[in-house]
Amino acid sequence: MNKNIILAGVGGQGILSIATVIGEAALAEGLYLKQAEVHGMSQRGGDVQSNLRLSSDPIMSDLIEKGNADLIISLEPMEALRYISYLKPDGWIVTSSVPFVNIPDYPAIEEVLSHVRAHKNHVLLDVEQLAKEAGAPSQAANMVLLGAAIPMLGIDHDKMIAGVQRVFARKGEAVVASNTAAVEAGYAASRH
Amino acid sequence: MKHLLLGDEAIAQGAIDAGLSGVYAYPGTPSTEITEFIQLHESKRKEGEPIFCRWATNEKTAMEAALGMAYMGKRALVCMKHVGMNVCADAFMNAAITGVNGGLVVLAADDPSMHSSQNEQDSRFYGKFAMIPTFEPSNQQEAYDMTDAAFAMSERLHTPVLMRVTTRMAHSRAVVVTKDGTPRQNKMSLPENVQHFILLPAFAKRNYAELVAAQDEFVRASETAGHNVYTRGTDPRHAILTCGIGYNYVTEHLAGDTTRSILKITQYPLPTALIDRMVKDGAEDILVVEEGQPVVEELLRGMVPSSVKVLGRLTGVLPRMGELSPDCVRPALGMQPLPSREADSLVVSRPPALCQGCGHRDMYAALNEVAREYASPRIFGDIGCYTLGALSPFHALHATVEMGASVTMAKGAADAGQHPSIAVIGDSTFTHSGMTGLLDCVNSNSNVVILISDNLTTGMTGGQDSAGTGRLEQICYGLGVEKEHVRVVVPLPKNMEEIKQVLREEIDYAGTSVVIARRECIQTLKRHLKAAKK
Repeated sequence: MNKNIILAGVGGQGILSIATVIGEAALAEGLYLKQAEVHGMSQRGGDVQSNLRLSSDPIMSDLIEKGNADLIISLEPMEALRYISYLKPDGWIVTSSVPFVNIPDYPAIEEVLSHVRAHKNHVLLDVEQLAKEAGAPSQAANMVLLGAAIPMLGIDHDKMIAGVQRVFARKGEAVVASNTAAVEAGYAASRH
Repeated sequence: MKHLLLGDEAIAQGAIDAGLSGVYAYPGTPSTEITEFIQLHESKRKEGEPIFCRWATNEKTAMEAALGMAYMGKRALVCMKHVGMNVCADAFMNAAITGVNGGLVVLAADDPSMHSSQNEQDSRFYGKFAMIPTFEPSNQQEAYDMTDAAFAMSERLHTPVLMRVTTRMAHSRAVVVTKDGTPRQNKMSLPENVQHFILLPAFAKRNYAELVAAQDEFVRASETAGHNVYTRGTDPRHAILTCGIGYNYVTEHLAGDTTRSILKITQYPLPTALIDRMVKDGAEDILVVEEGQPVVEELLRGMVPSSVKVLGRLTGVLPRMGELSPDCVRPALGMQPLPSREADSLVVSRPPALCQGCGHRDMYAALNEVAREYASPRIFGDIGCYTLGALSPFHALHATVEMGASVTMAKGAADAGQHPSIAVIGDSTFTHSGMTGLLDCVNSNSNVVILISDNLTTGMTGGQDSAGTGRLEQICYGLGVEKEHVRVVVPLPKNMEEIKQVLREEIDYAGTSVVIARRECIQTLKRHLKAAKK
């Protein structure tokens, strides 16, 4: 097993929580893991990414090479496209369709979405709407996105759910329940 | 025990498990998480001995305090980002001359590619400059293990030891296996020879001669400690020398191919015997894969016969600037790139920006309006979140160089005849390196306005305690700024007219004035409100 995942978004959107849950599930599976993060200046509303690598064998590089990512998980559609040169020819894009516009020259959103759709393997979801429908707060949109990525992660659905529950256990039952519901909503929408 | 740790956290845990007595640091990306991890450890500690872990005012005070703790026979760690080494260089260089009694490890976190920095200077130069052993772990596990080894070596050879990491390892997580058992700190003990710590020329000459004489021992340690490993290839004509995390990119690409010889370096000075062996085995070319500046590539040219080609950043095989990546190492190994898509032309850059609701925003809004009332204003910026005021939408700054430079550059400009000459500096940067400059302003009654944008924290690095919180006015009075020219405003949209008026008055006053724009950082405020709710 070998998965190279690029997590993308805008500083403050919560990509590291997605990484934490995947990491939790991966470690429980006995997988090796490396996760390069962005700290510092870029976190102030700039573009951020995290390289997450999982493998059944020891991992050397902290970074993913161009053309070697199996999956881009992005909380923002233009940010998904930013890392497109890292994606394998048969890699997947799983992204939120909701633009985060904090710059004056953000391109036309329809054009951004059509560029995402131009890639054969893509899942494009309004994760905020899905979170709302699942009865979860809008902060759980990242968990919807995580749910949507489960089929491409190479880790069982049930084991990912168990990971979510362990990560959020400290925050109480209500938080566990709403995040689980968010993950399930994303999972269902992705397979639909 | 197994833990998922950032490289920074692995170093912190390594120091704790090595019996650390104190960590001294000023926050700076990518080093901040080391001290934060130790602070978190201390806040949860139920047994065992305490570890001193309060933030220092700057890297120089940190280094000196750590030297003092090591003087008393204990183990001390100093952490900083690469440019912090410049701030503490006086103490650092001379600590190499005094040597240490206990253990002193200096951790410098370099930031090649300048993700959060103004340059990409390579701290290995400082290790060589001070002539002390330097470690450069290649991964998180080594970072943990080598921290212990660095303390042991520091004590055994009575020398400070430099540990150099770079952003990629500092901010990447991996599983680290840690030692079990409760760490024991050193008991206090005085140096046997106090003259070692009195750097009068007569004593310093003797110490320096000892340091020079110790170099052979440092090289031998590099050859025998097991941190530098030479593996002969099946075709040893082609060799690769890797430093630190360069090893990871090379071995990942080679994927078990043992054709080429590999010399993995994680400890300096360079292991002469291992390099000689590589040459004796018939190396015709040596590719140097190092993160940062071409330090080893240059040194190696003087260590191998001229018939051996040394390849790397200087010969263009690897890029001259920026951090290493699997993408740039692959062609250096003569391999074709993987098939990949073109970048999407639709994507535009998304630079970082000041948070919505941030007090720096209101401060800049007022400052920009007032500045426009003058023919040729100059605003000298400094290092922190508010440096982002140089970008859209404010475009407020005319210079930003290094910690504290706003104050003294504004002074120099005023000395040259510039008016208005304004400095914008954060509270933490002001106490770090702005106070001495302000004293210079006062002593010559320079015609400057020092605008301290006080958000009550060290914001850019994530909200660490700021050394002067609650005492900035007293500090300014104490330095001699006249009371009526130390003004305090609250940067909020509703106070815009008042702030502008205060700025106008102080710009028009022909002397040194300080305007403090004080409002808590919006990020720490959110955190404090959340904590209060619980």
